[in-house]
Parts: sequence; C-alpha cells; structure tokens
Amino acid sequence: MTHLYERPQNLDQALDLLPQQEWTLLAGGTDIYPAATEAFAWGRPAPDRILDLSALSSLGTIAETATAYRIGSLVTWSQVIASDLPDWFDCLRLAGREVGGVQIQNRGTVAGNICNASPAADGVPALLVLDASVELRSAAAIRTLPIADFIRGNRRTDRRTDELVTAIIIPKRDAAARSTFRKLGARRYLVISIAMVAALVEADGDGRITFARVAVGACSEVAQRLHELESALIGRAIDAPLAALASDEALSALSPIGDVRGSATYRQQAATVLVGRTLEAFRSHPEVTA
Amino acid sequence: MNDGGRGKATGIGFTLNGRAVFSSADPFQRLTNLLRDEFGLTGTKSGCDAGDCGACTVLLDGQQVCACMVPAAQAQGADIVTVEGLGRVSGGLQRAFLHHGAAQCGICTPGMLMAAADLLSRKPQPNETEIEDAIGGVLCRCTGYRQIVRAIADAHNFIDGGGDIPAEGPVVGTRMARVDGDAKVSGRDLFGADDAPADALWLRPVRSPHARARFTFGDLDTFRAARPGLAAILTAADVPGENGFGINPHIKDQPAFAEGLARFRGEVVLALVGERAAVEAVTFDDLPIDWTIDDPVTGIEEAAADGAPPVQAEHPDNVLTRGGLTKGDVDTGFAAAAATVEGTLQTAFVEHAYIEPEAGFAQRIGDRIEITACTQSPYMDRDDCARILGLAPDAVRIIPSACGGGFGGKLDLSVQPLLAVAAWTLGRPVRCTYTRIESMASSTKRHPANVQGRAAADAEGILLAIDMTAAFNTGAYASWGPTVADRVPVHGSGPYFVPNIRMRTQSYFTNEPPSGAFRGFGVPQAAMLQEQLYDDLAAALKMDPFEFRHRNAIRVGQPTATGQILEASAGLAECLDALRPQWETLRRDAEAVNAAANGVAKIRRGVGVGCMWYGCGNTSMSNPSTVRVSLAPDGRLTLFNGAVDIGQGSYTVVLQICADALGLPPEAFAQVLGDTDLTPDAGKTSASRQTFVTGKAAYLAGRDLRAQILRLANAGDSAEIRLDGARLTVRDGERNTELPLDNLPAADASGAVLSGEGHFDPPTEPLDENGQGKPYATYGFAAQIADLEVDMELGTVKLRRIVAAHDVGRAINPSLVEGQIYGGIAQGIGLALMEEYIPGRTENLHDYLIPTVGDVPEIDIILVEDSEPLGPYGAKGIGEPALIPTAPAIFSAIRHATGIKVTQAPLLPHRLFDALRARDL
Repeated sequence: MTHLYERPQNLDQALDLLPQQEWTLLAGGTDIYPAATEAFAWGRPAPDRILDLSALSSLGTIAETATAYRIGSLVTWSQVIASDLPDWFDCLRLAGREVGGVQIQNRGTVAGNICNASPAADGVPALLVLDASVELRSAAAIRTLPIADFIRGNRRTDRRTDELVTAIIIPKRDAAARSTFRKLGARRYLVISIAMVAALVEADGDGRITFARVAVGACSEVAQRLHELESALIGRAIDAPLAALASDEALSALSPIGDVRGSATYRQQAATVLVGRTLEAFRSHPEVTA
Repeated sequence: MNDGGRGKATGIGFTLNGRAVFSSADPFQRLTNLLRDEFGLTGTKSGCDAGDCGACTVLLDGQQVCACMVPAAQAQGADIVTVEGLGRVSGGLQRAFLHHGAAQCGICTPGMLMAAADLLSRKPQPNETEIEDAIGGVLCRCTGYRQIVRAIADAHNFIDGGGDIPAEGPVVGTRMARVDGDAKVSGRDLFGADDAPADALWLRPVRSPHARARFTFGDLDTFRAARPGLAAILTAADVPGENGFGINPHIKDQPAFAEGLARFRGEVVLALVGERAAVEAVTFDDLPIDWTIDDPVTGIEEAAADGAPPVQAEHPDNVLTRGGLTKGDVDTGFAAAAATVEGTLQTAFVEHAYIEPEAGFAQRIGDRIEITACTQSPYMDRDDCARILGLAPDAVRIIPSACGGGFGGKLDLSVQPLLAVAAWTLGRPVRCTYTRIESMASSTKRHPANVQGRAAADAEGILLAIDMTAAFNTGAYASWGPTVADRVPVHGSGPYFVPNIRMRTQSYFTNEPPSGAFRGFGVPQAAMLQEQLYDDLAAALKMDPFEFRHRNAIRVGQPTATGQILEASAGLAECLDALRPQWETLRRDAEAVNAAANGVAKIRRGVGVGCMWYGCGNTSMSNPSTVRVSLAPDGRLTLFNGAVDIGQGSYTVVLQICADALGLPPEAFAQVLGDTDLTPDAGKTSASRQTFVTGKAAYLAGRDLRAQILRLANAGDSAEIRLDGARLTVRDGERNTELPLDNLPAADASGAVLSGEGHFDPPTEPLDENGQGKPYATYGFAAQIADLEVDMELGTVKLRRIVAAHDVGRAINPSLVEGQIYGGIAQGIGLALMEEYIPGRTENLHDYLIPTVGDVPEIDIILVEDSEPLGPYGAKGIGEPALIPTAPAIFSAIRHATGIKVTQAPLLPHRLFDALRARDL
C-alpha cells in the first residue's frame, strides 16, 4: 500500500502530525469509506494519507462545565442518544436516531457530521438551535467559533489544515427548555433528508416564549436558522396556535435545490409544513413551560 | 501497535469470536476484507461498502457496526464477533430464523442476525419498534422483513434447544424448514464472492463512464509492463469466439467487451487481471484510452424521435421489437359503452438491488472451463460462454454458487464471460466481485414504460373493451426486451374477461443500461395503468371498485385475451371472496375517519384493491425441466435437481415433491444441485416456473423410481417403501419384501442401480398474428388490498396494512409461499413509492431507495388453493404474482384517499404533492 496511515495515541501527537501532510481525517469512517467506494468504482484514487483520530480517547466523552456541555469530537451519535444530557437536547438525540442505521450511529461522530459539511447533515439544524460552537485546536492555539461560521458551504468548513475539531460546546439553557427535530425522507430508515427542522424554545412562568431557535436543513447549501420566525415567536403563548407563523416569508431565507429526492419547490413547501408542525408540537406538550 | 502507536501499523491484535488473533493488514483495509480474506470468515458479506445495506454488520465491543467502514487499524484491542461466532452469543436466534422462514437467499442474514444479537443482548424480549430500530440499518430484498421481525421477537423461545421436529408422513403442504437454511443462518453458505482457488488472479473491469462514446486504446502492453503484478489487460481483441451474448437465441447483441463504442455508462471496455493489489491500484485516468464522447439517446421520446441517432447500427429506427394482440373489435366495444375512460402512466428504471453483487471465479481444466458464479440460469450461461470462447457447450461447466438474490437480474451474464475469457487465455484461475456501484451501473433493470390506454364498460359494469399501447425502454441491448414485448399484450387486460382487446407494444433502444427481466417481465408496468383504468370505470359507473373486479374476474370456462379457454385453477373470484370481509371493514373504517375530519384533514386514509394474473413458464415456448432421482447399491438416494435456488426455496420445494412422489422422507435424500455437468437441465429460475415445471418433473421422477421399486417387489401403489441404510424394503399390506440393492445391475454410468427420471414441458401453443393461442399452461391469480394514509400537506404515503390473497394452486410449503408473497409485496411497495434508477445519479443504495423494515407494514396472507391439474400436487407459481398487484392496490388506495390518479411511478412525495396542488388550484 502506498498510502500513509497514522493513528496517534494522544492529542499532542495528533496536533504535531497535522501540519506535516494534507491529511484525510478519519474518526468513525462513515463518510470516508463510502467516498472511497465511489472513487474506486470509477477508478479514481482513494485518499492516501489518513490520520486516524480514533485513539484520542480524551475526545470521546461528554463533559459538563458550569455554563456549557462539551461534546468531545469523538463522541458518537449512539453516545448522545444514550446520554443523560438534559431533555432540551432532544433535538440532537432525535437527529441522531435518523443518522443512518444503528451501525452508523455507533460509529459516526457528531463532529464528523459537521466536518463533512453535507447540506443534508442531520446534526446541523439541531446544533444550530442549540447555539453550538466548535472548538478547534492546532499545536499553537485554540479557537472557538459558532457552528454557523464554522460550516462555510457545501463540504466546506473553516477548519485550517493544521487544526483539529476537539469539541462541540453547547451553552446551558433553562432546564425547562424543550427542543425537537423532524426529518422528511422517502423511506423510514437510512434516508437522506428531503428537508428537516430543529427547534428549541424556552418559556416563562406564564407560558410566554422567551427564547426561540428554529433551523432548517437540506434546503440550502448550509442549514439555516430562521431569524425572523424566531423573533416572531418571542412573547407568544407556547400553547397558542403557532403553525401559521411558518409562512412563506418566514422561510424565505431558504434556497433549496431540486435533485433526485425532490424538487426545489417541494422542498420549500415541505419545509414550511415541517416548521409549522414542529411549532404545533410544542403547543401539544405544555410541559415546555417553566 | 508498536512504534508508539504511530506510523505504519506493524500489527493489529484483537479478539475474534473469542480467540486472540493478530493481523499485519494494511491499517486502512476495511474490516470486512480483513475478516473475509485474512481470517476466512466469509459469513460477513459485502453488499455495498458504503454503510447502506448492513450486510457486513458485526459486533465490535458488543455494538453492531458495518465492518465495511471500520479500518483494520481500529480493530486493535477490540472484541469482534461475526456470524461464525454468534452461536456462542445468542442461543436460539438462528433457529428462530429457520423456524420463521426469515432467511431466503441468505445474503443479508448474517447482518440481520448480528444486528438482532446486539439488540437481544440488551433486551431479550424486545417489542416490534425496538426490533425495527435495531435492524433498520440492514436491507433485505427477499423477505419483506416481516418474518425476520417475527423471528427476532420469538428468539427467546428458542434459547434452550427446541426447533422443528421432522414431520411424519407426507411433507407436501408442510412448513418444512428450508434444506439450505442451516448453511444460511450459520454464515457457511458460499456465495459468489466467498470462495475461489487460493492462487486465483483478480479481475477488475474498467467501464465506460460515458453513456455513449467511441474509444481507442493506446499502448496497453507498455502500461501493463510498467505495473508489476498486472498479468493482463483484456479487451474485445482477446475474445476467442464470438464477442456477443444475450438471452434470446437469435439476438447476441451485447458484447462481453465493448468494441470501440460504449453504448451505456457502465459497459465494460477492458479488464485488468492480476494480483489484487495491482489491479486495485490502477487509476483509470492513467489508462491509455482515448474517448470521443457523443450525445446519448436518453429515454423513449428521444429514441423514437425522427433523426435520432441509432444506438445499434442494425436498428436505424431504434426499435428492437413490436408486439401486439387483437381480440374481438375494440371499436365495437367502445361504441356500446356506458362508460369510457383513458389514462397514461410513465414508469422508471427499477434496479433489482439484490444484496449480493455479481461475483464468481473461473478456472481452465485442460480443454474445458469451469465457471462458479451466482446465476439464475446455468444452462444459458453455459451456452453463451461457450460461444464467447468458441467452444462446444459441453466444454463449459457452470457451477452456481449460492445466489444472494436474483429477481431476474442474474438471468443475464455478468462476470461469467469476463472470467471465462481471462481464465481461458491466461490458464490461471481468475475471480471477480463487482462493487455495488458496478453492479448497479451495469446490470439489467426493469424496463421503463410509457403506457397509455382506454377502457370501456357497460352500464352493469361489465368490461367491454380495453385498448392499450406500451412503449418500453430496452436500453442499449436487447436482453429480455422481446419477452417483455410479448408478455405484456397477453396480460395487459388484467385477470378479467374482456371481449374486445387491442394491445400494442414497442421496445426502443437507448444509451441506458440494458433492461431485462425483473419479476413480472413488464406486466407490473402495464398493470399499474390497467388497474387504474378499471378503478376509473368503477368510479364512472358509481360502483365499488372491488365489486367491479369481482364481477369481471375471469373464471373457468371463459376465454382469456389470447382466446385460451381456462380449464381449471382460475381463482381470482375466490381470492376476492376471501378478501371481502377485510375490504368492507377497512374501507368503512377509512371512510369514517375521513368523514369525521370533515374535509380539513392533514391525513387522509385510503383503501384500494389490485388484482393480477400471470402465466407460469415461457410464453408459447418450450421450457422443459428434467429431474432425476437415483438409488445406489449402498442405499444412497440422490435427487439431481438443476433448478437453481435463488432464495425462493426450490431446493426445498422440489425435494418435498419428489419425496412424497417416491414415498420416502426428505431426510433420506442427498441432493446434487444446479451443476451443468451433473444435473439434467431444469431450465432457468424465472417466469415463476420452478415449482410448476421442475416440481412436476420431480414428481414424475419420484413416481418413476417408485414404480420401478414397486415392480421389483411386485407390490401395488399403496405399498410403503422404507430405506434403512442399504436396506430397501417394500411393505404391501401384510407382505414385506426386501430388495437387495447390491445385487441389482447398474442402471446408469454413475453406478446407480435404480434411476427415475421425470420430464415436463408445460403444454402451450404458438400465438398467431393477432396474439391468439395458448401461451401458458397455467396462470397464477391474486388480489391485494392496501390500507394507507396520505399526508395531504407533504405528499407522503404511510402504509398501514396489506392484505393479500393468492391462488397458488397448492402451497407445497406454505412458509416458503408466504415468504415469496411478503418479499414480492416489499418490492411492489418500492416500485410504487420510491424506486427510480437514474444512470449516474442513483447508482448506489443511498440514492437509490429500496424499502427498509420500517416501510413494510403488517401483511395478512390468505392462500387460496384452486388446484391446477397439471401442476405437482396441484401447485403453480408464486414468484412474480406476489409483486404485481401491490403497486396497483397502493395506487387504488391513494386514489381513494385523495382522488388523485397516478401518472408517474414511483409516486415520490414531491410528485404526489404536485398532483395534489395542481388539483386544488
């Protein structure tokens, strides 16, 4: 074999190796191998310099600080699903259950999902509504930037080649906050999204919404928050009929494309319906109020 | 790892099925290949190498993972369990699979078992949702999943032994476990990619990435010489015989290697042969191939357009064939009509998506060649490979491997001619395994069709006439195009008595993958429109669509579209009678729910019905099967069955029939299966013919041997035969006769002393120029009900239940028959709602969607047994009938829910959404 394969045993080793080559970074392998399969079928070269991060066990845990939760970059979807993270992480858990089959959830990492930066990445809308930030480390520095700034486009991120994503940081919310996620696809399991929605709300003691996040995936190059809709939700009663707020205008920031899974028009309309239903779901679960 | 864990791995140590092992594999090697190639654990299957199918599921530290996406390096220190080690972990799960018929072809079975084992280790008695979530990542194309779910739910009952006790007495009609079941649930069954001589070279095809392109080669010799380990680069110039194959005896238009012109994306232009690493290291852009890309002919409209460039020069109008049928006078029928309706339907390429990609190996033995590969048609493979090598057919031996699903897609040659040319010219064994993408790009598909038609009925709802035309996209080569063009006119009016019929079909060449045989040979495409037309007629006459069908159901004594009077076994009306209670209940419930919503429902329910008929065997063509059963002097009883079992269960069913015909239990038999050197020709596994045709031959063979034994014992037919080692005794009333087998003269060259043979060719007659005649000896009939919900805002469809009634003549093995029905329904669901192959865009199993366990609802099956006098014990075929009514029933239910008629299949969510919006505007 002509390729280079390194599996550093600790973070320092990994950060030392990073600038030495143009590595393909491998954690759970659930994006690397399918891409290699596609390349091989048509005789294109496979990635030949692999930096296998899987032995960096310090990155494989979920930790809690005073103000945030820190999801290490080797944490798998199954770890998130099984974790005792607060209920308001439901959007991320539900998204995780839609990432491939259980085999993929057992191997695929949350951080890998965002680094792969597919427009249909199941994790991104949920991380957007959780106000997640991405921690990047190089041998020289650590920086943290909001996920919306980290994912720059279709398969493009802000990661420099000497940097490693080491954690996803999610600020703590009110314990009574609630979140949810829904995904539309043409079959039940193992399906790439036509459209998906994540939302998170907090309400005060009177059931008035005080904080709202709504994001849509697979309907633009990068999943988008719906800022106008979020603003419109503030002050509304959580048990009021909110679906009507999911108007064409509220979703006008989206720019879906048509592909084998659905037309652009359909995506836009379906996203509108999904957002409406997501808001309705909060209404039918009044425990969301503090 | 040494080297401080850095640098090239110098060794990977892990626990494999409880044993400490060590490997020096390439660290980026997929765990699948490590397990299969280095440790010989071929129970772990490779279906896609992309995490889409789950066939390679193993347990890694107790959790299910796809081994195809685990780098060998990450096995370091892990505890890995494969299907071969499962017995230690999960007691009765495998026996539960056998008991419930949860394994058909068996290619997904190891993955299913491992996914289930992961669940059961945490939750010994899981509920259905938990089971579906656990196996949601494993695709099965045969079973429709329901028997698998049942087996997993029931596994806890099998932990302490148990299992099936062999039945006493006759076995026809019993749920005998499949005879190859142990091999399938243990991972021991050897599929095309699982076995090859240790010194076999690897063959890697290089395919055209262009739909239509001319090409020339530069200096291939120099290219090869520069790459150690590359033994040969084979092209059309290396084909010793005629570079053409095809299933039709007169059309050998598909080259093994394209000759300067690639006619579809995925066509083989050359083959790299050599050491595995050497062939895999080649980057195709480095090859000296000079391409000139031309505009491809895409779709029927382009192929039929004036001035369209011919796909094949011999067919300047791009027409492969035309078919037709005329019965009565449709104009008279329409003139007398109280209701006339019309409609159109466009369908897509549909991929077989068997979970086993094509694979096998070949070796030259002196002046003969042996090819071991997955196939549905060993004798046709033999004859075409012989032609390609320039050999006599008997110089080629085809040994079918276990076949990981076929559905018609493994009737055509795939790896065989490439392997044959390579092994013949190099004198070395050569193996090849297609990647999933290669398999999808190059294998045959269901024909896309543009169907249009009109139909008429009188005021009483009696069908008067149907007039349909169907244009088919046959792709770049003929394959089964002529068969489709012939079969559709016969069946296009549906399983009803219609006095006036006109059917016209055309097949067009395009620069797309060859369309071939896929479960139903074009009939499902036609049925999807024809059944909608009959729903339209019922609606126009304000009749219940179910009653409309019952009224028109063809019955014994009535002539079919070809003028054939059905003499027996026409059970559609009985199927509908069996469904009526469910129909009335489900339909009433759905309407009540919709009415309660008062017209503002986001979700609407619908219940619909679809019917079908299907001729068993080839259309007006001889398709005989011969089966032999022999007894050796030492008492060895051997059934020689050439019918390849592709998962449907013919190795079991044919044995059951022969056992009862002879009067000995199945356990008394050894079987020699599907080997062109050893077994008589039992034809191909297609056209729903093996139970009916080969089963009948097995019946006759068993009866023949029985008659010989009884004659020697001078006993009557009611006598009882016993075989105990080499002791053969016949008990006739009170008289016991022992026949000394070792004193009998040899009956054949194999040394057998007694040999029974059965031969059956279903009686058919040619069709005349109007398509009139007797194309089939018997027909299967069925009706299915679909109960579903439509999301009116999203255009999605959620199935609630399918109820299926099938007239199978006689269920030789009800579990296997039901297995065919479950699996056919699952494929029908895919055809109706999600499956659309687009070359270059959906050539993998994440862009091309087939149903998962969560997409197949509860299915109730009612077996109707309207005995077929010609069939063995009254049996007829079920393979294709299982699929055909499902999509029509689903479309009928969607229409009930929404009023929408389906004009394009699959009815993807955006298409139903568009139709709903267009209607509401």
